[in-house]
Amino acid sequence: MSQSWRDMFSQMLSSNQISHKPSLIQDTTLWQIESSQWQQAARLAKDLSARWVAGWAEQVEAGFNVNALLEKNGDYVLLRTTVPEMHPQLPSQSTVYAAANRSERHTQDLLGIHFTDCPDHRPWIKHQAWHKHEYPLRKDFPLSGQPQSITPPDMDYAFVKARGHGVYEIPVGPVHAGIIEPGHFRFQAVGETILNLEERLGYVHKGIEKLAVGRSPEKLARLAARISGDSTVAHGWAACQAMEQAASVEIPERAAWLRGIACERERIANHLGDIGAICNDVGFAFAQMQFSRLREQWLRPQLKDFGHRLMMDYIVPGGVSLDITPDACEQQLQALKTLRQELDVIVPAIDMNSSLEDRLYTAGYLSPQTAQDFGVVGYVGRASGQDFDVRRDKPYAPYHALQFNAVLEDQGDVASRVWVRVKEIFASIKLLRQMLSQLPEGAIKADWKRPQAQAEGLAMIDGWRGEIISYVRFDENNCISRFYTRDPSCVNWPALEKIVLNNIVPDFPVCNKSLNGSYSGHDL
Amino acid sequence: MLRLFSKTLKTGVVTERVKKPTSDDLEQLGIEVKQQIDRHFKGSLAIREVDAGSCNGCELEIHALNNPIYDVERFGVHFVASPRHADVLLVTGPVSRHMQTALLRTWQATPEPKWVIAAGDCAVCGGEFGESYACCGGVDKVIPVDVTIPGCPPTPKMLLKGILGLINGVKTQSQPLAASQK
Ligand code: SF4
Repeated sequence: MSQSWRDMFSQMLSSNQISHKPSLIQDTTLWQIESSQWQQAARLAKDLSARWVAGWAEQVEAGFNVNALLEKNGDYVLLRTTVPEMHPQLPSQSTVYAAANRSERHTQDLLGIHFTDCPDHRPWIKHQAWHKHEYPLRKDFPLSGQPQSITPPDMDYAFVKARGHGVYEIPVGPVHAGIIEPGHFRFQAVGETILNLEERLGYVHKGIEKLAVGRSPEKLARLAARISGDSTVAHGWAACQAMEQAASVEIPERAAWLRGIACERERIANHLGDIGAICNDVGFAFAQMQFSRLREQWLRPQLKDFGHRLMMDYIVPGGVSLDITPDACEQQLQALKTLRQELDVIVPAIDMNSSLEDRLYTAGYLSPQTAQDFGVVGYVGRASGQDFDVRRDKPYAPYHALQFNAVLEDQGDVASRVWVRVKEIFASIKLLRQMLSQLPEGAIKADWKRPQAQAEGLAMIDGWRGEIISYVRFDENNCISRFYTRDPSCVNWPALEKIVLNNIVPDFPVCNKSLNGSYSGHDL
Repeated sequence: MLRLFSKTLKTGVVTERVKKPTSDDLEQLGIEVKQQIDRHFKGSLAIREVDAGSCNGCELEIHALNNPIYDVERFGVHFVASPRHADVLLVTGPVSRHMQTALLRTWQATPEPKWVIAAGDCAVCGGEFGESYACCGGVDKVIPVDVTIPGCPPTPKMLLKGILGLINGVKTQSQPLAASQK
């Protein structure tokens, strides 16, 4: 076998005198390096075209641990460095990886770590709910904080300005016109054409990372299930898998399969809803009505089979909360057949429609190069040639035992993202068929074991939006001391700023919907 | 085009009948403004939805109200794009502090008479997020609330009942507005 990128990376680090003490978080390689070499290490990784995946930090005894997760071909490497508590600072990786920028600003706002020569030091998650030199994720910051009776709006954010003949600005949000989450978009336009878009997020910051501290495994699972309601299964799974790793809990096979079933059901439900909504954004109500009907019919049996319409709290530490009966399996298999038949009529009907073609083709183009530069994941990445799927490239139970073809396109426009999602529905139907017909017998939940003090876990789960990263560390009492999760939206949101360029302002909703980032998952 | 028509016709009407909420349901929904409602709405209601820090689960179920199965528009209920057009604010989420001013301003921009529905456990009492440096811990900490709809998230049926309850009041129990309540 050819040399893995990890070995090459290791050699390059060594030849550049970057010592990297190896250890493991379960099966993920962890290298501890010097903070002064933080940026240089990123540059070497970039030379090997590794993807920057996630970054987070944590207050520890010696100061702060700063982490950066990298990946190539499904092979993950976690870089870690430690900076002192007094004047914590280190060179920024966002000069190398654009994707690291918002993450570093998140760390700067919540932990007060300074990334030197970071091209953008504006606050990101912080608006006005806490003071400038306070850092909510530090241990001396109480969960309750010291809020003012009315938190003032964040008026002074320095948006990029554009000047010139006929250039005007459109501020949108945080409260939007539809039933959607809050965030602010600042457009500069000439006539109808978008010159520039800048996102300002953080409005739904709920302090999830702080709330996680001190929680029991069950309570963390509940919190994780509410990071982003549309991905409740995927986030619940990621958090539970990370905790199970840390505690060396093996979940029963049947539980893993049931998790797989729930996760693929969630994928189908969201794809159905969004495909309809995208068509609706260009005024095509037929698709909206048909797809929202299918979605509702899809959700209903979940109340009985999974205990909740959205399957919230179905995944619990050690397994799942509810077993499925053979009858229910049979009904679900039947429902798969019906869904497939319905789609076989509806999909060709929308495919043939010229007014949809007019609006969706070539709109909102994301080039494969830009997608790669931003490390975009999920269907947004897969519609722009990024051939990555955690289920295939770093398989976990049950996917290691299943047949499945990852979907890939490279047209990169709104239509392409729609088609990737249509094909993903078909792929998930196949996966569900396999899982439902070969469901292993046995228990659905393993007993919990107390993890060792300081035990860490790191999980990667492919939710419907793409790769979710979940990190936990336990304290000595079976409680969480650090929890971080990177929703796929974090790496996909920046791509929207590129997707809309040179599109017309009225096409913004459809471009936005075709990416459909989670505000809540991003803001934490 | 033919395909569209054929599928539309074959699908037929899927909208379900919904029973009017009983007084028990209304009790459960915590409706406190029964008397005022009849007089003002006359059976039609414009709702402005405001996400004040929800996890977006509540939004999914609110969206479902517009699907052909629940089809809330048949009751005269429609979701509007601006608070200036709204009779009711339907608020979700524990009110993140970063959304506090935005919610207040939306409320101020809504013309009188206006009502506020807090939908979902988060909106009702802070839910899983509670009150913290980042969250206000419920909608009533920020603006006055008339109706609460519990649930995480409330099902479309619960939402529909809450909204219908607001429109119909309990017809049987409705009383004329006291002169002082304007
Ligand atoms: S009530 Fe539940 S579903 Fe609704 S916003 Fe809160 S956590 Fe999400």
